[in-house]
Amino acid sequence: MEYRQHRLDNGLNILAECNPQAYTSAFGFFVRTGARDETSEISGVSHFLEHMVFKGTPNRSAAQVNLELDEMGSSSNARTGEESTIYHAAVLPEFQGQVVELLSDIMRPSLRVDDFETEKQVIIEEIKMYDDQPPYGGYERMMLEFFGNHPLGQSVLGTVESVSGLTPDSMMSYFKERYSPSNICFAGAGKIDFDQLVEDLDKHCGEWTPSSPERSTQPADYQQGFVSMHKPNSHQQYILQMAAGPSSEQETRFAAAVMNSIIGDDSGSRLYWEFLDSGLAESAGMGGYDYQGSGATMSFICCSPEQAQENLERLTRLQQTIRSEGFTQKELDLAKRKIASHIVLASERTNSRMFSIGSQWLSEESFKTVAEIAAIYESVTLDQIHEALASFPLDQNMTVTVGPCENLVTPH
Amino acid sequence: MEQQIFHHTYENGITLVAQPMPWLESAAFSISVPAGCRYDARSQLGIANFVCEMVQRGCGSLNSREFIEALESLGVDYSSSASLYNTNFGGAMQAAQLHDALKIYADVLRRPALPEDQLEDGRLVCFQEIAALGDDLAQRALQKLRTNFYGSVDGRNCEGTLETVQSLTLDDIKSFYDRHYRPNGLIIACAGKLNFESLQSHVGELFQDWQPKPEPEESNAPSTHGVEHIEYESEQTHIAIAYPGVPYSHEDYYLNRGAIGVLSGGMSSRLFTEVREKRGLCYTVFASCHTLKDKGAVLCYSGTTNERAQETLDVIIAELQKLAHGIKDDELRRLKVQIRSGMVMQQESCRGRAGSIAGDWFHLDRVRTLDEVNQKINELTVESINEYLAANPPQSFDIVTLGPQPLEFEANGISATQA
Repeated sequence: MEYRQHRLDNGLNILAECNPQAYTSAFGFFVRTGARDETSEISGVSHFLEHMVFKGTPNRSAAQVNLELDEMGSSSNARTGEESTIYHAAVLPEFQGQVVELLSDIMRPSLRVDDFETEKQVIIEEIKMYDDQPPYGGYERMMLEFFGNHPLGQSVLGTVESVSGLTPDSMMSYFKERYSPSNICFAGAGKIDFDQLVEDLDKHCGEWTPSSPERSTQPADYQQGFVSMHKPNSHQQYILQMAAGPSSEQETRFAAAVMNSIIGDDSGSRLYWEFLDSGLAESAGMGGYDYQGSGATMSFICCSPEQAQENLERLTRLQQTIRSEGFTQKELDLAKRKIASHIVLASERTNSRMFSIGSQWLSEESFKTVAEIAAIYESVTLDQIHEALASFPLDQNMTVTVGPCENLVTPH
Repeated sequence: MEQQIFHHTYENGITLVAQPMPWLESAAFSISVPAGCRYDARSQLGIANFVCEMVQRGCGSLNSREFIEALESLGVDYSSSASLYNTNFGGAMQAAQLHDALKIYADVLRRPALPEDQLEDGRLVCFQEIAALGDDLAQRALQKLRTNFYGSVDGRNCEGTLETVQSLTLDDIKSFYDRHYRPNGLIIACAGKLNFESLQSHVGELFQDWQPKPEPEESNAPSTHGVEHIEYESEQTHIAIAYPGVPYSHEDYYLNRGAIGVLSGGMSSRLFTEVREKRGLCYTVFASCHTLKDKGAVLCYSGTTNERAQETLDVIIAELQKLAHGIKDDELRRLKVQIRSGMVMQQESCRGRAGSIAGDWFHLDRVRTLDEVNQKINELTVESINEYLAANPPQSFDIVTLGPQPLEFEANGISATQA
């Protein structure tokens, strides 16, 4: 296992974990751009652009892009979030050169008008699809309510109206500003010929012109409150609750992640015993969302409408108990054991290594090996998680509930 | 990449099947108990699922909480579910813990406490699972389609109904457990960093004195072919289509699998190209091979806004009918690379391999090695697939739609009346 990195003259970062024993190779472009970098006029443009990237370049039609990805037997996809857009493909090592050339080419898309209008329909279908799926826009509403006017409150998908109003020109100017090589990292993992990789990327991406993309990472002013969204034909009630959490730069995030596991892992956690083992909820959990400059912890409960008010109260009581009594050494040990095991299982997939490397660059421009990450989690102490709990109180939160209930109220 | 599959069948009928993957640091198991929901009595629908929940609420010397803690202290990422034929228990972990994890599951399978004081909590969990289906519109359409296509036994969902689950007693639970949790027909599949010899002797110590039980009676129920609409106020219309395919054990399986791969195997596949890429009609569209032990189906799905649902349905049906005219060289060439690549990628996951060899053993009483599958894929030709398609053209569609408005079928040559 060898960790390599290189920076092209135009600022494009190349990072790879090269493992000669691996049977596959995974590659991805990680662009530091997402919904938080949009203005309200172009809401949804990052995600729409992610779709358009597969719609062809001066060298290839949309159909050719799809054909070639399939010809390599690649497992490829893309995703857009609040602060990143990622394009990735896993292949057999023999396709390294080919897939790197293809991914590099599509990163300079044509944005042709016909393709743009057809794909706009697909995006609208995607928005409608999520409208039919729990929690029915509850997450977007939560981000908006919790982050208030902060850019992190902006929706990734946008709305039917905002997406309908987008034009190839507005997308192109967003693209030119955000897809600067200095704002992008190319990450690889698996069986990789790194020298060849650098040579190829220099050839395909060396001419990309840098711009000066900026991002405001001003900490958010987190909002508290209680919002009820009425969805009469939903069968279940969905409760989301967000509290402040560590940002992606803060060292506390590791202790906070262990704490999230103790409270909200899908098995053996406080929420598990309170809500799932007892059958009081269909699902319940808690997880961290760390962004540059800001962070959040979100709890989630899905249960029958009849049970919703009582569950809200139980959740509040549970948080009070945790605040007054803290955690036990046994809970900490079990959570660490679980995390260690997950790290080993995830490290065996080249795709997941590639994501880990690229995501680390996005948030902190550094790299930690699997062993280093495992060691950090192993070193987390009870004091550290109690400090994290004190810094990010769970009872100062925003609650959003979605479903048939009309009369849910904030618990005391 | 060398692949070795070992297996041993103990005298009581348990089969241990394993693939050493020495390049990994982890190991996984997948246990299939022949206690699926097809053995639920009609008045007890949901009981296999309820029993699956109850056997994990204390076993051997462990109470419910100690059981979870024991798994967590081993770092086992565990799962369980009842399916049509089997109830499945799986776990993945660091390799050194595999034997200890199996020891806990020997208690789950052989010495569950089935405690009365856990019955109502367990029942509530089962209710929650039923409720969860209500808000999953795509699954609701597909589930109704499977019930119509395969009939109410082979096409059932394991959650049962609120009424039947409400009626189940602890005696019902114990009696289902006593009849169906048995060594004969039980499959323990393991994959990862393991030594087969020591695994075989360990599993023997844990399980070989378990006495076989009589095979249960098999039941069946007729299909309800035709078209059905479920009226629901939703943003999208959910379209689910089924037609006859072949089971995994059938000699033509890979011919059909090849044809469906061309239809829906990648971003250049026909459905993705025609429905999404060219027309922008949907975000999700797919077709896949679904298999039971003795029969199979091709299942298609798409979700699309209501005003575009008719066109989406028409385009999908047209593509299905067009498939009968055959596939092309370049389509098959792409598909072969995709399948080969997918098989190699599966070798990175012991969990994936354990599940897959358990499935192979269940369907075939043996495991198809990578070499064998590779050979079958290499042998596929455009001619052989086209011959199969000419003899078995996609037709006799069963359709379920869920949305505000029913769709029109006559123009597609499909009778809208239920058979």
